[in-house]
Amino acid sequence: MLSPESLKKIDREVAKYPADQKQSASMSALRIAQEEKGWLANETIEFVADYLEMPAIAVFEVASFYNMYDLAPVGTQKITVCTNLPCALSGGVHAADYIKKRLGIDFNETTPDGRFTLKEGECMGACGDAPVLLVNNHQMCSWMTEEKIDQLLADLQK
Amino acid sequence: MTSQGIILSGLDGDRTWRLADYVKRGGYEALRKIIAEQIPADQIIGEVKKSALRGRGGAGFPTGLKWSFMPRAFPGAKYLACNSDEGEPGTFKDRDILRYNPHTVIEGMIIAGYAMGCERGYNYIHGEIFEVYDRFEEALAEAREAGLLGKNILGSDFSFDLFAHHGYGAYICGEETALLESIEGKKGQPRFKPPFPASFGLYGKPTTINNTETFASIPYIIREGGEAFLALGKPNNGGTKLFSVSGHVNKPGNYEIPLGTPFSVLLEMAGGMRGGRKLKAVIPGGSSAPVLPGDVMMDCTMDYDSISKAGSMLGSGAVIVMDETTCMVKALERLSYFYFEESCGQCTPCREGTGWLYRVVHRIENGLGRPDDMDLLNSVTSNIMGRTICALGDAASMPVQSFVKHFGDEFAFHIEQKKCLVPPQVQYDGSKIYVA
Ligand SMILES: Cc1cc2nc3c(=O)[nH]c(=O)nc-3n(C[C@H](O)[C@H](O)[C@H](O)COP(=O)(O)O)c2cc1C
Ligand code: SF4
Ligand code: FES
Repeated sequence: MLSPESLKKIDREVAKYPADQKQSASMSALRIAQEEKGWLANETIEFVADYLEMPAIAVFEVASFYNMYDLAPVGTQKITVCTNLPCALSGGVHAADYIKKRLGIDFNETTPDGRFTLKEGECMGACGDAPVLLVNNHQMCSWMTEEKIDQLLADLQK
Repeated sequence: MTSQGIILSGLDGDRTWRLADYVKRGGYEALRKIIAEQIPADQIIGEVKKSALRGRGGAGFPTGLKWSFMPRAFPGAKYLACNSDEGEPGTFKDRDILRYNPHTVIEGMIIAGYAMGCERGYNYIHGEIFEVYDRFEEALAEAREAGLLGKNILGSDFSFDLFAHHGYGAYICGEETALLESIEGKKGQPRFKPPFPASFGLYGKPTTINNTETFASIPYIIREGGEAFLALGKPNNGGTKLFSVSGHVNKPGNYEIPLGTPFSVLLEMAGGMRGGRKLKAVIPGGSSAPVLPGDVMMDCTMDYDSISKAGSMLGSGAVIVMDETTCMVKALERLSYFYFEESCGQCTPCREGTGWLYRVVHRIENGLGRPDDMDLLNSVTSNIMGRTICALGDAASMPVQSFVKHFGDEFAFHIEQKKCLVPPQVQYDGSKIYVA
């Protein structure tokens, strides 16, 4: 089940496509569902499929194809650091190393208190702002020096 | 952000993305002129042809010609798609266009819709720049409110609507047919071509796909004329273009400059080499473009023809600058990992080949390279190239071929000495966190 607010958002997305092409909204519907639930459990995906009148398998395929959907639980704060070459030339790897040290975890791990998950990302189309990272997919943080990382982690602890 | 061009120039303050600001800069004049003078579609396409505008998404295909492939008389729905799925490593120009001047993309798309008889368009926006997606939706609402989008635009009998669709983390969706699949709510797996999108595109209907910067160039071309746009650049390379400069320079960022500007001038605009170090190599058109040695690059001008003569591609205009502290094997290792990770897995040569390439480069970098590994890399790339459904296979191969070709000595050193030519600490210190 999704909240009435989420359903309203999904309806807005559905309206963008021709009346017989509701399935086009599957990507945004999954995104909205993940925003509400934190990650996409099987029953959430099935609910989205029902809501869009799609076979569940078709929605599973979408959810597993795109990297920003989480099919397993993640920390309350998911941090994705870009380490692709252009960022790596300006400290992308150093920034990731620093976060690993601060949180005591490696990529694809979650802190024991369930607060932070760290992921390695591919180019986010913001290489001029390196080092860049995303918090929970949507909040982009640019020019992440060690001081700014400290500040960010402190803010996210609150 | 520095502009001597037409898309990011004259942007002052933090409301440049608002409709009112855009109108003050001459925005929507081109569309008003078309509607008021009922300019025929052919004339618009003719003007775009005259401008010598070439697609800014990577392939550099002439835009006017592409538009003329659309079967305007085809009865029923026809679609337009804008490719803002900017995920080619090194490219970050479309994000700035959409952040600071979204209405120029909207106006460009409305004009394109008019010229090709499309009733509806979608702007496919890279999921990682979600704030831009939200802003674009606001800009669309402004345009709709002002009667610039929707039914009977500016009181005419022309109707066109436009919507935003977001990606969610798949580089392959930048490939135009994968992008269409993704708008259809499916996995982003490229389609076989032919049929081409102009005959069988979105929902099986005729569709034209252009890059964000391509659409953003249209209002100027209509307002000032194709000749004026052409004159900003050089023959066959019309206009100004955005270059995203990243890597070892003092001022990474976007630079909008005339096509044909010497690379040395662009490098200077970007603040020159970081720490005064020596230029080693440049990837001039996004990670898929062949790498060029620094001295070759210093003789190039920034346009399609000059870069292609030097053996690379202008591509998306992403200029990745590497200095003498860079280990070329490590640089290639990171790129090869990216293509391996992002292959959609549909064709065997790409799925298996990108894995091979990554594993071989990885072992060379880690002191486990074998004497015939460079030949192996070349043979794997020739088994991928030209044998796949989409150009990702080629995109993964070209960096490998060019790195091995131009920096073969460094690969050989790794294989023989089982270590990097550039000491690891020098590499690490050369790419420290850097903020201009
Ligand atoms: C793997 C791959 C990724 C691509 N990524 C992009 C992209 O992010 N943005 C883009 O505009 N074109 C991208 N392209 C090129 C598009 O397929 C298409 O040629 C382009 O959007 C056409 O627009 P244009 O003619 O205005 O350049 C990509 C192509 C391939 C093969
Ligand atoms: S070349 Fe690679 S990315 Fe393109 S369709 Fe084939 S497997 Fe997919
Ligand atoms: S390489 Fe990191 S945002 Fe592009």
